[in-house]
Amino acid sequence: MPEFPTHEYDVLIIGAGGAGLRAAVEAAGQGVTVGVICKSLLGKAHTVMAEGGAAAALANVDERDGWRVHFADTMRGGQYLSNWKMAEIHAKEAPDRIRELEAWGALFDRTEDGRILQRNFGGHAYPRLAHVGDRTGLEMIRALQDHGVHQGIDFQMECTVTRLLLAGGRVVGAFAYDRDRGRFRVFHAKAVVVATGGLGKAFRITSNSWEGTGDGHALAYEAGAELLDMEFVQFHPTGMVWPPSVRGILVTEGVRGEGGVLRNSEGERFMFDNVPELYKSQTADTEEEGWRYCTGDPNARRPPELLTRDHVARSILKEVEEGRGSPHGGAFLDIAWLREKIPNHADHIKRKLPSMYHQFKQLADLDITEEPMEVGPTTHYAMGGVRVDAETQMSVVPGLFAAGECAAGLHGANRLGGNSLSDLLVFGMRAGEHAARFARENGLEGLDDAAVAGAAEAALAPFEGDQTAGENPYQIQYDLQDIMQDRVGIIRDGSKLESALEGIAQLRARAKAASAPGSREYNSGWHTALDLGHLLTVAEAIARAALEREESRGAQTRDDFPDKDPEWGKVNLVLTKGESGQMEIERVPIPPITEDLAQIIEEMG
Amino acid sequence: MATNTFKIWRGDAEGGALQDYSTEVTEGMVVLDAVHQIQAEQAPDLAVRWNCKAGKCGSCSAEVNGMPRLMCMTRLNSLPMDEPVSIEPMRAFPPVKDLVTDVSWNYKVKKTIRPFKPRAPDAEDGTWRMDQADVDRVMEFRKCIECYLCQDVCHVLREHHKHEEFVGPRFFVYAAALEMHPLDEETRSKELWEEGGIGYCNITKCCTNVCPENITITDNAIIPLKERVVDQVFDPVSRAFRVLSGRKGKAP
Ligand SMILES: Cc1cc2nc3c(=O)[nH]c(=O)nc-3n(C[C@H](O)[C@H](O)[C@H](O)COP(=O)(O)OP(=O)(O)OC[C@H]3O[C@@H](n4cnc5c(N)ncnc54)[C@H](O)[C@@H]3O)c2cc1C
Ligand code: SF4
Ligand code: SF4
Ligand code: FES
Repeated sequence: MPEFPTHEYDVLIIGAGGAGLRAAVEAAGQGVTVGVICKSLLGKAHTVMAEGGAAAALANVDERDGWRVHFADTMRGGQYLSNWKMAEIHAKEAPDRIRELEAWGALFDRTEDGRILQRNFGGHAYPRLAHVGDRTGLEMIRALQDHGVHQGIDFQMECTVTRLLLAGGRVVGAFAYDRDRGRFRVFHAKAVVVATGGLGKAFRITSNSWEGTGDGHALAYEAGAELLDMEFVQFHPTGMVWPPSVRGILVTEGVRGEGGVLRNSEGERFMFDNVPELYKSQTADTEEEGWRYCTGDPNARRPPELLTRDHVARSILKEVEEGRGSPHGGAFLDIAWLREKIPNHADHIKRKLPSMYHQFKQLADLDITEEPMEVGPTTHYAMGGVRVDAETQMSVVPGLFAAGECAAGLHGANRLGGNSLSDLLVFGMRAGEHAARFARENGLEGLDDAAVAGAAEAALAPFEGDQTAGENPYQIQYDLQDIMQDRVGIIRDGSKLESALEGIAQLRARAKAASAPGSREYNSGWHTALDLGHLLTVAEAIARAALEREESRGAQTRDDFPDKDPEWGKVNLVLTKGESGQMEIERVPIPPITEDLAQIIEEMG
Repeated sequence: MATNTFKIWRGDAEGGALQDYSTEVTEGMVVLDAVHQIQAEQAPDLAVRWNCKAGKCGSCSAEVNGMPRLMCMTRLNSLPMDEPVSIEPMRAFPPVKDLVTDVSWNYKVKKTIRPFKPRAPDAEDGTWRMDQADVDRVMEFRKCIECYLCQDVCHVLREHHKHEEFVGPRFFVYAAALEMHPLDEETRSKELWEEGGIGYCNITKCCTNVCPENITITDNAIIPLKERVVDQVFDPVSRAFRVLSGRKGKAP
């Protein structure tokens, strides 16, 4: 067997977004050796792009807030499919996780009395998002990164894991290549945390970067872990739609939190006509009440633009389909109208939403303080992911943990904005803590040489065979994105999903012949070919689960089953890799909720 | 649709050259789109870094027509389209491949700067109170996306290769963010002078001019830091000297 450079740690963390970094800091704090690997440079992970803020019931702005309300909001947002234990832990621990970031140097916007300021966001009853302008993710990742580099953690940047290594019934490490030279490396560890983020790149229109190829989902699945809630993919209602090259780039919900409104081509605020029963009592009746809410009036109810994302996305789509869309197939998002309410509205907008101002000015030649933006739905977030224990974040594979976007449970059928950044901190910390404990309690299991050799062989496949006759990996990726966008998108139905599954199976065959001309050094074609395997796995999982769930709930909308079905409200869907390699799906009943939590839900409506 | 020629530097640590590619240009395209299009259609092994495509991550730094820019925020219609567009890697760092350079030096330098150390919490629950105005003062510096374009353009690094003695404008911004952080209690003046090489900076403002986050690096970070150095490192002799001669910190 060829020898590859081997790195040995107690805890190996795959991913350096908020979840991976928080896990690393925690594990290092427990006194074990920690290595972190990431596909990009340190500090460039998706988390850096997060804009709006991190949800935590600090109750700095509205004293009525507390963990109970946050818990109830999360459960309602997730349409009661969330793991209630995780929702409870998250709501209780998020405030401390935010506060401790300040001890590491993060700076948030302040209230009058000098505490952390919080803003309104969709689905949250009170102003709850700790934020700094519209670049909260940057602040968070920088604070974690700058703190983390002094904790003795070993960072390996631009290094991509292609396979998890198993031996003796548990995970023992990972196989990876480095981007710049294309050399293979073996990571040998007592415990492994996957914190690889999302899978938006399975779709054509997405807010995700090239990194979002569902690697952790697929790596864990291949290693024997279960995938949960994969049918639920969040389509954010407001992505840019014009010009074409920026289609999908996110327009933060913060725009609506600051008073931005949605209008159709006839100038109507169509969201007022689209308020679902479940939310009627919490939604403003008039435009005037909605505006008062945005200015912080505790007696006003939120405007319908701040309903949950799945709902706003569908409403925009409906306007477009019924011929009331904007010129490039979206809706108008108007923040410039604040000129009617605020004297120096342009300065105000630039201060509250500086990067949005910048983004539109530079990429679309549009001044958002003067003109409305054009926006439409974009694939944003995976509620589904690796099924983990609520307390420890360990999967069913001993020693394999997952945290952040690639783990599942907290968000159920739909995630509330701001609940991801807090999720990363709360469960990243727990994953780090329990991975460190697992490492202390379990020795280092030897590596399986055959498994390492097999991983190396698979990684070299794109260089084998006829380089000129092979398939272009980019083309396969585009074809997959088209299938997912058109047949597994916002509005689904049985026959489209079946045809998507057929299409994915054909692409799997083509992907085997994907080839990468050129050398192993920084070869994007090769990397794309290797990512394809992960993308195809998550695409199949999404389509299978979407087909199985014959109802509409949260982010899943089935044209052929337009209603919510109480029976489906009792189960989650779990996918595993079967004996002969095929994907298997199982309906797993949601365990009965404890009485005190049930009561909270009851009280908070 | 119009096509245009792009001269992209292809090569590695051993050397390389500009190579011509022609590709279609459509409305709203940025330089990074053109590079990606060429990569997907003609040169699958063309190396380029990117992540967010919205000026938020600082990955896609390069020299476009000789100017240090973020490729994802440079619209093609802002460049003369009747001539070829040249795209080259940052020159202040060793080339890895094509448009990708080895920026690991920056990560090493950052680690040498004394980390944040907060004062004791203000409230019993372990939290602090801060004024928005004090937070706003450092916000400008905290916007930095670590694109290293300022490092690329600074002559102390680019031409004089003082990488061992000079941390560069990015890390003056970082040091300023820490020094002016409302909670921080450390001082870094002596190190900035002795190890950071702040004296090498002769206020040319090239860094400020290329910063995509519009951070006023020279006036708001470097000059105040130089003043601190003078006050804290050379006090009292140099202060008297400064008063007499009207001069500020000078290169060692
Ligand atoms: C534009 C945008 C705005 C958002 N705004 C908000 C917001 O305001 N509030 C909120 O709560 N949420 C927001 N979200 C969602 C939130 O930012 C993400 O869900 C979250 O940052 C994911 O963090 P993570 O740590 O799980 O993964 P990421 O930050 O995505 O990091 C993943 C890491 O894993 C690494 N990785 C992946 N695959 C591999 C592999 N095979 N080998 C090695 N390393 C690998 C990557 O390199 C990266 O370091 C936003 C998302 C986007 C895209
Ligand atoms: S102002 Fe100073 S740091 Fe900035 S480019 Fe000029 S010499 Fe370099
Ligand atoms: S200071 Fe500006 S130019 Fe320098 S790294 Fe930061 S964002 Fe880039
Ligand atoms: S890709 Fe993130 S700044 Fe250009």
